[in-house]
Amino acid sequence: MKHICNVCGYEYDPAVGDPDNGIAAGTAFEDLPDDWTCPVCGASKEEFEAE
Amino acid sequence: MRPVELKKNIYWVGAVDFDIRNFHHYSRAPEGSTYNCYLVRDEKTVLFDTVDAHGYSEMVKHISEITDPESIDYIVCNHLEPDHSGALPRIVRLCKPEKIFCSAMGLKSMTNLYDTTGWPIEVVKDGARLNIGKRNITFLETRMLHWPDSMVSYLEEDRVLISNDAFGQNIASSYRFADECDRSLLLSSMKRYYYNIVLPYSPQVIKTLKRVQDLGIAIDVIAPDHGLIFRTPEDVKFVIDSYAEFAAQKPKLRAVIAYESMWNGTAKMASAVADGLEAEGVPYVLINLQQSHCSDVMAELADSGALILGSATRNNMPMVNMMACIAHVKGLRPQNLVGAAFGTYGWSGEAPKMMAEALAEMKAEVVGEPLKCYFNPKAEDLAKCRELGAQVARALREKCQG
Repeated sequence: MKHICNVCGYEYDPAVGDPDNGIAAGTAFEDLPDDWTCPVCGASKEEFEAE
Repeated sequence: MRPVELKKNIYWVGAVDFDIRNFHHYSRAPEGSTYNCYLVRDEKTVLFDTVDAHGYSEMVKHISEITDPESIDYIVCNHLEPDHSGALPRIVRLCKPEKIFCSAMGLKSMTNLYDTTGWPIEVVKDGARLNIGKRNITFLETRMLHWPDSMVSYLEEDRVLISNDAFGQNIASSYRFADECDRSLLLSSMKRYYYNIVLPYSPQVIKTLKRVQDLGIAIDVIAPDHGLIFRTPEDVKFVIDSYAEFAAQKPKLRAVIAYESMWNGTAKMASAVADGLEAEGVPYVLINLQQSHCSDVMAELADSGALILGSATRNNMPMVNMMACIAHVKGLRPQNLVGAAFGTYGWSGEAPKMMAEALAEMKAEVVGEPLKCYFNPKAEDLAKCRELGAQVARALREKCQG
């Protein structure tokens, strides 16, 4: 499921992942490491909401 | 205008813009603005930020009164919006710096905005330190205050915080320090700036203030990139406390009635809503959006806990200035508001409901039903408007006491 950053509006799409930060495509939001942060604004995982 | 020394060998070398009224193309700046940048002379000569492109000559003139601009070794870019970086390409060409520092997100903006081929850019991480001789500088990332690339520079030994857009105000003046400025002008300019620019990132403001407190950073001077510099202990405390208060957005017993009328009917309704507030002892401000800008609405919200929107319905929706106002206000994510909506119509009357929905999307506590009146409101319609104003007043009073 896609998740939206409440701070800056960035959308985490599991189909894309976050390859610039070592997160492979296909990684579910729930499986992101706890210290993963929004690649745009640095917000923590808790700042994200399911779309 | 002359350069001004804040502390020994730390100078303001920016540009003052007495002409500007349209700030960043979304907010009015009735007092003009400044683009502040700072020159520090040590074993390395460092320029912190630059100015808007049209302020380049003024900045170079100021630098030249202190030292040869070509002697600049380092340039620090705390944030890349063009009002701070517009002069960057020319000053880089002029002084051929040894290094240019920015955040990782700053690099993305810098390379997007300018041809940086051959520029000696060095990305600094949050908490990175730089020695320039007798002085050490700490860079702290302040992402989303108010852009992803934002950072601040702390001069450790001098206890000077170069805070970029944080703590800014749009004031053009011949003086550089907050203690030289009329207090009410300073505070109203701080509010207008915060409410139109920083407000959506209030949670980040709260976190950042806590972080600064936790790090135990002592601050003698806060030097923002717009407006006046805070150099006394009282003023440093004043601006930090003000930010904490703005960020908290506690409800305040005052209402903003923003409206747009076509044939004066909605204006009559607005006056009657105001009478209802007055009858309940709640102060208000009426803002006619045909005369005032949506950023004026945000400036007034700094002192108000209720937002009442009124618009005639035109072609099945609110009028255009009200649509702009809603877009502007909603994007700035105000919190803890009481809201209500009203307006006249000629044949359908969708606007009040649409405005009430917009307020609900802003998580405002919407009071009463959206109030619509046909064309020219009659005595009984105006009585309903007064009652709506009174309802808002009672809800707001309860919220302020809660």
